[in-house]
Amino acid sequence: MRIASDMMPVNRAETLALHPAAATAAAAALAGALAPFLNRSIQGAMANDSDPPPLGAPAPETPTLDALVRDLGAVASRQDRAAFARLFAHFAPRVKGYLMRLGAERAQADDLMQDVMLTVWRKAPGYDPKMASPGTWIFAIARNRRIDALRRDKRADLDPDDPGLMPDAAALPDRTLDARLWETRLAGAIADLPPEQAQMLRLAYYEDRSHGDIASSLRLPLGTVKSRLRLAVARLRTMFENDT
Amino acid sequence: MKAHSMTDPAQILAHSPAHIPAHIPDEWLLDHAAGATPEPVAVLVEAHLALSAPARATYARLAAVGGVLLEQQSPADLAPDAFARMLARIDASPAPVAAIAPAATAGLLPAAVSAYAGPSIDALDWRRVVRGVEQATLKLGRPSPYELSLLRIAAGKSIPQHTHEGDELLLVLAGSFEDGRAGYARGDVCAADASVDHAPVADRATDCLCLHVANAPIKLTGPFGRFLNPLLKLARR
Repeated sequence: MRIASDMMPVNRAETLALHPAAATAAAAALAGALAPFLNRSIQGAMANDSDPPPLGAPAPETPTLDALVRDLGAVASRQDRAAFARLFAHFAPRVKGYLMRLGAERAQADDLMQDVMLTVWRKAPGYDPKMASPGTWIFAIARNRRIDALRRDKRADLDPDDPGLMPDAAALPDRTLDARLWETRLAGAIADLPPEQAQMLRLAYYEDRSHGDIASSLRLPLGTVKSRLRLAVARLRTMFENDT
Repeated sequence: MKAHSMTDPAQILAHSPAHIPAHIPDEWLLDHAAGATPEPVAVLVEAHLALSAPARATYARLAAVGGVLLEQQSPADLAPDAFARMLARIDASPAPVAAIAPAATAGLLPAAVSAYAGPSIDALDWRRVVRGVEQATLKLGRPSPYELSLLRIAAGKSIPQHTHEGDELLLVLAGSFEDGRAGYARGDVCAADASVDHAPVADRATDCLCLHVANAPIKLTGPFGRFLNPLLKLARR
């Protein structure tokens, strides 16, 4: 596949260094780490993951999803800075960690993180807790900001609340369950994925690899990668539909 | 999303009981939700999402995977003045405002496509591929192994029987076509690779406009087509 060659401006060294055995070990570590995350410190959860370095001090108590949603609401309705400080304490180090994992230098990751959190402040009124958890909404902002900064696509600055990217209310998996509860279950479902499927998700979300790239860097047939990804998506989908 | 006129043949096809809306294979949605999609494919995926409710429903799940993984992300240590800098930037910026929802699908072209195609598709540089089939390549922000173009298949005309050396995605924007495997109407994606040998034929009543993404030229496989291979370029190289 030629796809791999020019797609990824970041992480090139890692792409070359990636060895199937190492990737499998990483996937096993990931599968272990993806335990249900609510109300739990994730300190040390990714212990086998060498970059970026984890925070030295013990993590403060992880806020509940409800608390994060309330804080985003307070920022939206009355520009509540104390609420924003709590959101910042929770998300800023994770957003920075995500950006560094994807190849940003420390200083650049700091700047991009600042842009992301400023967008959170400014766009908070557009956040709809029925559509996504705060983490999902902020991930989309961080992902788009990274693409803008590192890829320099001509694409217009994607709006995280673009209705074109949002599910129709009627298409949400279960209207009695809101998206936040749904994501709690998703965390469990990801943790239950077989290692080779979890590895695919990790490579896509954390290493910026498209499925074509994954195939070429792991030297797997493209069809194998596609079927593993489809199986992973199908498992996540059944989980939503059965477990209601 | 606005309802389209039921006199539009594409909409008749889309609503006929036999038509199953074709949503893009999951791996492409996952690439996009993860942020790993090259620009031309991202444009097609965003246009598809704007037009396809089933694709949006799957995409919402994959977007949520990103949220879960962000929660799982090891926190990086911040610069000591990080929050002070943040407050200074907040003070320098206007107060939060509810964004005005952009019209994602107001016209023929979803917003993701019109950003590349400009105000009038007739003003694009259309080139003939074979009789009845024209292509206009869209300019990208940065080089990519994928080519992004608009493809116009005249009513009743077809792209000759062919297979692919890479990936090909065709999103129908107007009209409809069928390729022997399925029928495709506005919002549907026809995904093809080396395992697919097909000949898309436009509906006899209307021209078919598609967004086309490919990373390798097609290879003609029909009895006469083999001789034409050197002449036909649906993707460069």
